[in-house]
Amino acid sequence: MITPAHYTVLSAALFVIGMIGVLVRRNIIVIFMSIELMLNAVNINLVAYSSQWRDATGQVFAIFIICVAAAEAAVGLGIILAFYRNKETVNIDEMNLMRW
Amino acid sequence: MLDSLIYPLVKIVFVLTGVLVAVMYLVLLERKVQAWVQVRLGPMRVGPQGVLQPLADVLKLFVKEDITPARADKWVYTAAPIIVLVPALIAFAVIPFGSNVHLFGRTIPLYIADINVGLLYIVSVASIGVYGIILGGYSSNSKYPLLGGLRASAQLISYELTVTMTFVAVILMSGSLSMVGIVNAQYNSHVWFGFVQPLALAIYFIGALAETNRAPFDLPEAEQELVAGFHTEYSGMRFALFFLAEYANMIVVSSVATTLFLGGWLRPFPNVAALHLLDIVPSWAWFCLKTFALLYLFLWIRATLPRYRYDQLMRLGWKVLIPLAIANIIVTAAVKVIIG
Amino acid sequence: MGESIAFYTLAVLILGFAILVITARNTVHSVLFLVVNFLFVAALYVLLGAQFLAVIQVIVYAGGIVVLYLFVVMLVNLKRPPEVHQDPHRRSRLALVLACVLLAEIGAIAVWGYVRPDVPVSPVSAATAAQNVEQVGWLLYTHYLVPFEVASILLLVAMVGAIILARREL
Repeated sequence: MITPAHYTVLSAALFVIGMIGVLVRRNIIVIFMSIELMLNAVNINLVAYSSQWRDATGQVFAIFIICVAAAEAAVGLGIILAFYRNKETVNIDEMNLMRW
Repeated sequence: MLDSLIYPLVKIVFVLTGVLVAVMYLVLLERKVQAWVQVRLGPMRVGPQGVLQPLADVLKLFVKEDITPARADKWVYTAAPIIVLVPALIAFAVIPFGSNVHLFGRTIPLYIADINVGLLYIVSVASIGVYGIILGGYSSNSKYPLLGGLRASAQLISYELTVTMTFVAVILMSGSLSMVGIVNAQYNSHVWFGFVQPLALAIYFIGALAETNRAPFDLPEAEQELVAGFHTEYSGMRFALFFLAEYANMIVVSSVATTLFLGGWLRPFPNVAALHLLDIVPSWAWFCLKTFALLYLFLWIRATLPRYRYDQLMRLGWKVLIPLAIANIIVTAAVKVIIG
Repeated sequence: MGESIAFYTLAVLILGFAILVITARNTVHSVLFLVVNFLFVAALYVLLGAQFLAVIQVIVYAGGIVVLYLFVVMLVNLKRPPEVHQDPHRRSRLALVLACVLLAEIGAIAVWGYVRPDVPVSPVSAATAAQNVEQVGWLLYTHYLVPFEVASILLLVAMVGAIILARREL
């Protein structure tokens, strides 16, 4: 019998894996991808409870999260490209100048 | 057990075999049609009138040497043709080839699966197919394939939007996302959607030409530009998979156009009882006929029109077709609100 | 029983590919593992009966956002690998340990805090399952209409922003 608690544990594990990726990796693109993993974890949780209560509100919320993730990915990658053009690096340890 | 496992498996085997044979003979047909347009004969040596040419082609591709470029990413290089071919084949899972057929006392529907989001499923597998092209270009570790791959995928993504906008117009008319539901809606409204939405059909067809990298939008893979684009470094069986995928994609987009705009497996004038005589032709034969007509149109256009330059191609997609498709949606919705 | 097998298989695959995403050396491999991860998450949504969300996940996430990541990875293909110098202030092992502790905490809360619904919820009939698109659409266009419109403006703003940021000259 698979309850939403199972899905919540799966979602928590995926969230923590994403969190480890954000904290440990230094390639900024991999950090962005780990953030996407975290957003997906949240979506899984929402949809699991939406399925339990037979209410589609959870899925609607998940759709909005996907929209926001798309917008954030587009702008974030634009920033990365603009930065790369100036400093030739994607290592966040080298992205440490607050002014030029 | 029988219904949920055996029937679908048998249907899958049928569909896959049919598609692969159709693809092989589509290659031959393309060479023949191009030849006849150019007042020559095409392949004539293998078999009578060149009918066994596909077998010769398959044999040649099998025994060709399999070259992998130095310092190419081995796993991605191998996976790219597979990633292009699989979406082209699994799209056939939701296409209805005909109405029910009665065999051995059972009624068997002529589709593998009827899911309630069938049309969106086809859009989703099309967007997965883009990966194979990018990865094929990238993993060859060479500049022409990389540029060709990036250009081809940018073209595919742009025209995917165009095609999805035309789908929205059809969904507005039919009220259902399921492919069988759309054909039934055409039956209930007594008219094929192609007659009610001619603009959507035209935009879909142009978008489909661009989606499948066919002339006049075949800049990313034409022989005269970029040395054959993203599949330059591929030879033998891997190239055969790319080739197969392109023609399978052609059949998919033609089948989708048939289902959405040309009434699927319905006969012409499906509700006019006086034309009952036409029911002699089985429903799947009507489907194949309509799909074949669209495929012939693909081949005909390739033999006739010159190639678009890349910036002209992108300008056409973003600045002409997408606004037109959106305007079509607005007009359709307005008419539906006023009338319905 | 079938649902259990499907859930556990998908869970193992999702978590496995997620770990591969964060540990792959080559960034392109990382992106590919992310795509596969998203496809398995879409399969999980189908298992939960959210078919519309599943195809949206594949079209938007796996087929749109990750393609964007792949493009940027290819444009930013460096000669030297980016993780060359170890920052002495970074404590990777401590991060790992703290993350595992956090996971244990959240897992415990999820398992012991889960309350079964008081009113037994009826099993989903096939007819209701097929109406997932209608239900989501109805909610989106009636109760959540304002967020829907705001989301479209958000996407427009993001599109304009991305184009301006990525141009060579402003």
